Amino acid sequence: MATTDKEVNELIKREYEHGFVTDIEADTFEPGLNEDVIARLSAIKKEPEWMLEWRLKAYRRWLEMDEPDWAHVGYPKIDYNSISHYSAPKRKEDMPQSLDEVDPELLKTYEKLGIPLHEREKLAGVAVDAVFDSVSVATTFKEPLAKAGVIFCSISEAIQDYPELVKKYLGSVVPAGDNFFAGLNSAVFSDGTFVYVPKGVRCPMELSTYFRINAANTGQFERTLIIAEDSSYVSYLEGCTAPMRDENQLHAAVVELVALDDAQIKYSTVQNWYPGDENGKGGIFNFVTKRGAAIGKNSKISWTQVETGSAVTWKYPSCVLRGDNSVGEFYSVALTNNFQQADTGTKMIHLGKNTSSTIISKGISAGKSSNAYRGLVKFGPGAEGARNYTQCDSLLIGDRCGAHTFPYIESKNKSAIVEHEATTSKVSDEQMFLCRQRGIDPEQAVSMIVNGFCKEVFKELPMEFAVEAGKLLEVSLEGSVG
Amino acid sequence: MLSIKNLHASVEGEEILKGINLEIKAGEVHAIMGPNGSGKSTLSQVLAGNETFEVTQGEISLNGENLLDLETEERAREGIFLAFQYPVEIPGVSNLQFLRTAVNAMRTHRGETEMNAAEFMKLAKEVSKQVDLDPAFLKRGVNEGFSGGEKKRNEILQALLLQPKLAILDETDSGLDIDALQVVSKGVNALRAEDRAILMVTHYQRLLNHIVPDHVHVLAGGRIVKSGGRELALELEERGYGWLGVKDEEATPSAAS
Ligand SMILES: Nc1ncnc2c1ncn2[C@@H]1O[C@H](COP(=O)(O)OP(=O)(O)OP(=O)(O)O)[C@@H](O)[C@H]1O
Ligand SMILES: [Mg+2]
Repeated sequence: MATTDKEVNELIKREYEHGFVTDIEADTFEPGLNEDVIARLSAIKKEPEWMLEWRLKAYRRWLEMDEPDWAHVGYPKIDYNSISHYSAPKRKEDMPQSLDEVDPELLKTYEKLGIPLHEREKLAGVAVDAVFDSVSVATTFKEPLAKAGVIFCSISEAIQDYPELVKKYLGSVVPAGDNFFAGLNSAVFSDGTFVYVPKGVRCPMELSTYFRINAANTGQFERTLIIAEDSSYVSYLEGCTAPMRDENQLHAAVVELVALDDAQIKYSTVQNWYPGDENGKGGIFNFVTKRGAAIGKNSKISWTQVETGSAVTWKYPSCVLRGDNSVGEFYSVALTNNFQQADTGTKMIHLGKNTSSTIISKGISAGKSSNAYRGLVKFGPGAEGARNYTQCDSLLIGDRCGAHTFPYIESKNKSAIVEHEATTSKVSDEQMFLCRQRGIDPEQAVSMIVNGFCKEVFKELPMEFAVEAGKLLEVSLEGSVG
Repeated sequence: MLSIKNLHASVEGEEILKGINLEIKAGEVHAIMGPNGSGKSTLSQVLAGNETFEVTQGEISLNGENLLDLETEERAREGIFLAFQYPVEIPGVSNLQFLRTAVNAMRTHRGETEMNAAEFMKLAKEVSKQVDLDPAFLKRGVNEGFSGGEKKRNEILQALLLQPKLAILDETDSGLDIDALQVVSKGVNALRAEDRAILMVTHYQRLLNHIVPDHVHVLAGGRIVKSGGRELALELEERGYGWLGVKDEEATPSAAS
């Protein structure tokens, strides 16, 4: 016994020492959040004075805010002073040196998803030679983008190179005081993506975080800002279908979209963070604020999301339809299995005349999970002739899971029209028997039925992404039939 | 090919099948008739492995292999096909995708390569002509919004695509108009083959004019109470079930559909 205790103490001590070492190297901050921590974070990133001020202001507001408790989720209280708010990307020698050192479970999933070998290494965080990547990446997307005048870089670079744009738009859609998690993000955001599409330009390719190799490690407080100038178009893909493991339990990202006159932004997400094991242990808490401002007339913002990961998800991609005739769309598939909890939906805020919005939400619950749709459709006094169509469908697999729908409608304009449809269905024994009688495996049958249920959303995704998303559902549903 | 010995099955503790004995040889067509609620669909479902029903006694074997040891999908891959009395809808899943998944599951089981989308499309279009179903139905959700007759034709379409060893057709003739009955009969006759057996449940001897069975059985109260040839069906049409000693409450527990 004595020796064991001693060993344990030794270990604890070593970790403690390790903490000191990394602190000196400024790799990871000691836990806790205060103005000094923010100043150091800003200094490491060599940010200009105005950025630091912006962060500190956000921090001071955040201190006065309360964590929301209205979502239909339960999770242990987070002690913000016990988590570290900055950690640099892992050093090469700390990464696995080859796929042999990577968790075999993770590799199995990559294989099922059909991810090419060389990409598996990157995703699993294997220390691959970055030269090959940056060369191929530069030629495949940097050149055509530069020619079109599209800016696509990390937000840290944008703060250095395009300060005027960042100053003008950062926080213009999601102000630091918007909500608790957005406030926290504003104070300590680590990195993220910046996109600027100039007037009249149709971005020549789908932009994806996937291309930006180092963007995969932007950390837990990601910040994204996309600006589409008059008559421009951009389609952006966030995330990938490969499962993402992360040591950080809390993720609080902010995404802001700005569409000016006649501009269109299409934003697609596949979120597949670690959901925890089948007993509900571990997993990421994903608290995201995503909002698009359709400022210009005839502008359009579409959100398409496929959410299968995270232990707890709290996410409402929204559209503020300010410009006359502007359009907002929200297409969502949210799947929960085992002990996962998701509270997700959208807000469509109609301010301009003849604005219209469409909401198609597909919630799938399996295992003992809980899946809630929460949507707000709001018409301001100026929203003459505005209309919304909402369709909310829930699919239950088994009888221990739950689905909830919370639609809210607020209207200050009598001419506004709202249509709402909601259904709840089950994968029935008869459907399963039919599939199996035709020789189809039960797991494949469930995934086929679920894919059919999600069809309206999948068709909004870029083609190859839709195929991947289908496979992802199949993997996420594993073990849900028995 | 199919051998059923002393088969007993129950649902929710109530015994429905009370000792069925039946031998079906390759190449034969057997018709099963009998009053409503006598257990015809139950027998069909039990053969296909529906877990709603519990087999409490007896044996079922297909070419000597014990079927009771196999899961539903394994039985299907061994060649058991069931055309449902009430085909269920699967919204959003296209008929084409469903059928291709099924055909490929069988092919994989037999060690053959899977059919790609183009190859399968060609095959499916040909077969849908055979059952007079517009190829547009291939693009629709499985049975989604199909009329009763269209659902039945879709079942035959599946049988023709999957080429089973034993095809069980549960009232595939009911709810069909006169033309559709012709089409379905033609489809079933196309299924007839040396190495295939067909078991069809029907209420109407009319069907048996189109598809001439080798044997006719009467199922009543969970037992086969009479077996004979083609002429038995005619006799039943004339005399009903009463003369077979089937008790009244067994003969008509529910109104005829
Ligand atoms: N899932 C079930 N739960 C309870 N009872 C059932 C179930 N399935 C069948 N039964 C009962 O078993 C008996 C036989 O039903 P079955 O469907 O096999 O009759 P059938 O001969 O096919 O009748 P029909 O000619 O009307 O189609 C009926 O009394 C029926 O109510
Ligand atoms: Mg029946």
